[in-house]
Amino acid sequence: MNPVQTQGGLEVRDLRKDFRQGGLFGRARRVVRAVDGVDLAVAPGGSLGLVGESGCGKSTAARCILRLVEADGGTIRYEGTDVRAARGPELRRLRRRVQMVFQDPYSTLNPKRTVGQTLEEPLRVHGLAGGRAAREAARALLAEVGLGADALERYPHEFSGGQRQRVGIARALILGPSLLVADEPVSALDVSVQAQILRLLDDLRERRGLSFLFVSHDLGVVRHICESVAVMYLGRVVERGPVRAVFDAPLHPYTRVLRAASPVPDPGARVALARIEGEIPSATAPPPGCGFHPRCPLATARCRQERPALREVAPGRAVACHHSD
Amino acid sequence: MTRPPEDPVLAIRGLRTEFRSGRTWYPAVRGLDLTLYRNETLAVVGESGSGKSVTALSILRLLPESGARIAAGRIELEGRDLLRLSEREMERVRGDRIGMVFQEPMTALNPTMRIGDQVAEALRIHRGLDRAAARREALALLEEVKLPSAAQRMDEYPHQFSGGMRQRVVIAMALACRPQVLLADEPTTALDVTIQAQVLGLLDELKRSHGMSMLVITHNLGVVALIADRVAVMYAGQVVEEAPVRALFAAPRHPYTEALLRATPRVDEDTAALAPIPGQVPSIRAMPAGCAFAPRCPLRRPRCEAEAPPLHADGERLLRCWVRNEERIAA
Repeated sequence: MNPVQTQGGLEVRDLRKDFRQGGLFGRARRVVRAVDGVDLAVAPGGSLGLVGESGCGKSTAARCILRLVEADGGTIRYEGTDVRAARGPELRRLRRRVQMVFQDPYSTLNPKRTVGQTLEEPLRVHGLAGGRAAREAARALLAEVGLGADALERYPHEFSGGQRQRVGIARALILGPSLLVADEPVSALDVSVQAQILRLLDDLRERRGLSFLFVSHDLGVVRHICESVAVMYLGRVVERGPVRAVFDAPLHPYTRVLRAASPVPDPGARVALARIEGEIPSATAPPPGCGFHPRCPLATARCRQERPALREVAPGRAVACHHSD
Repeated sequence: MTRPPEDPVLAIRGLRTEFRSGRTWYPAVRGLDLTLYRNETLAVVGESGSGKSVTALSILRLLPESGARIAAGRIELEGRDLLRLSEREMERVRGDRIGMVFQEPMTALNPTMRIGDQVAEALRIHRGLDRAAARREALALLEEVKLPSAAQRMDEYPHQFSGGMRQRVVIAMALACRPQVLLADEPTTALDVTIQAQVLGLLDELKRSHGMSMLVITHNLGVVALIADRVAVMYAGQVVEEAPVRALFAAPRHPYTEALLRATPRVDEDTAALAPIPGQVPSIRAMPAGCAFAPRCPLRRPRCEAEAPPLHADGERLLRCWVRNEERIAA
């Protein structure tokens, strides 16, 4: 099915990315279908959460959108531009419009550069500002993310985890993007600091009219920050819809399992822990038919043979399950 | 849960664990009292810098040899003070009377040794079984922790297993010597949520079937709600609130416990007003004179900043807060 049509936002259709493993010393090369035909859409000013467990392909899909890895198939359009085909000035323009926030900003900040240098450099490279104007822009942005001007002269190691993520967000914002792709941006933080960063992201979105693609394993965080959500399993989207609808009344059996297993701070909501069965199969040897059938309580012969397509079952709500008829 | 209060398996009294910075020793755990009763699961929950993991390392006496010391207190396992044991005696306690499960299973597993042999080795060392008996028992344990096709897979190496399965192997090793206490420090933090649910379910089941007590250390309030009978909330090296799990979540009383719950985004309800806790955990080198939470506390009064509050008892609950204690007395 087609994703919701958006004018100018992000539209991803049939995205594919394979990784090749092995092949050394005469061993057979294996192909991992990391992303296996994913459709996504984020409207301007909208926010989509991409959730799922390790190896489901959510981070790879996000990286393809930023061209940090090159997709093997499908189309990615942002603000009307064909992202996969973009070269030269067009690609540079895209880099200004789409930016990424990482889980651990420390690993992506140059430890030998002050925060001021890190923030000013992209402005110079893109010919947007230099000298005093660049410094002024960096100072204003630090204030916007809740850091004092003294941060300009400091190095990444001098900051706490929460402050460092503020620096990471500032760096993502310095070129004035319209879409932020955030990959587990609060997963490494303590709850009290996590809430500070989530509130900052909320404020920034409102103030700047940003769109978010928010990759996370934490359904609580996604419910808080996103309007809609796509649930991935073995490289495919199995369910998509408004975040409350999906989490309050999940339609796909995997979404139900994921939702039931997500801990909530309420002992009254204890689930039958042992009822959740099996592990995620390896993406090098995905099961035939529906990828979830080996763990699915509803699985029938059809599920073992035929892969269910993602179909719209209600306005804005789609599910890939033979049992959702 | 009801149990005779005089029946603790593990009793920590006045524990003070310090770290050295320059020439000065600073306490990371400051006068900690914790009691673990028979057949119960006590969760110790806190954020970075709360002292929860230092507490675990203190119990096991696995603190780094230089730069860390236990300056005061007792840690009694069935009445015997672990702090008075020789290192040789302590080695027998670790993995024998106290089973251990840590966040990263590979730290407990030998990558070059088949997993069946690792479990069997624990059985030979701690229970003195011969080779054949140890192998039979290892298989039984691997089946008990629900390792699929255990008979075939016991001859595989750790790297051939997923993170969740490795943690099951570690749990089998921890059970090998039938410990009285299972100490689990962030046992599911590295696992996906569906696997986390399975492993927590397994731990709970084993606790019951083996008649063990379990001390679970975690940063995750959701994990606490899933598995604990009682909860101790730590902040800046002390317990600030302790209560049976339902009472704690139904009516948190310490301002820090309340703040933590209000800062946690929930998947089951809308958190329109996610409330961050302002400021940061104090550094162990700059502990406030009064209540350690006072600088971040919305209820702060002059007394809170001047004088450190003791743990007040209120029925089954313990609470370290001047303001809330006065409210209780006034009510």
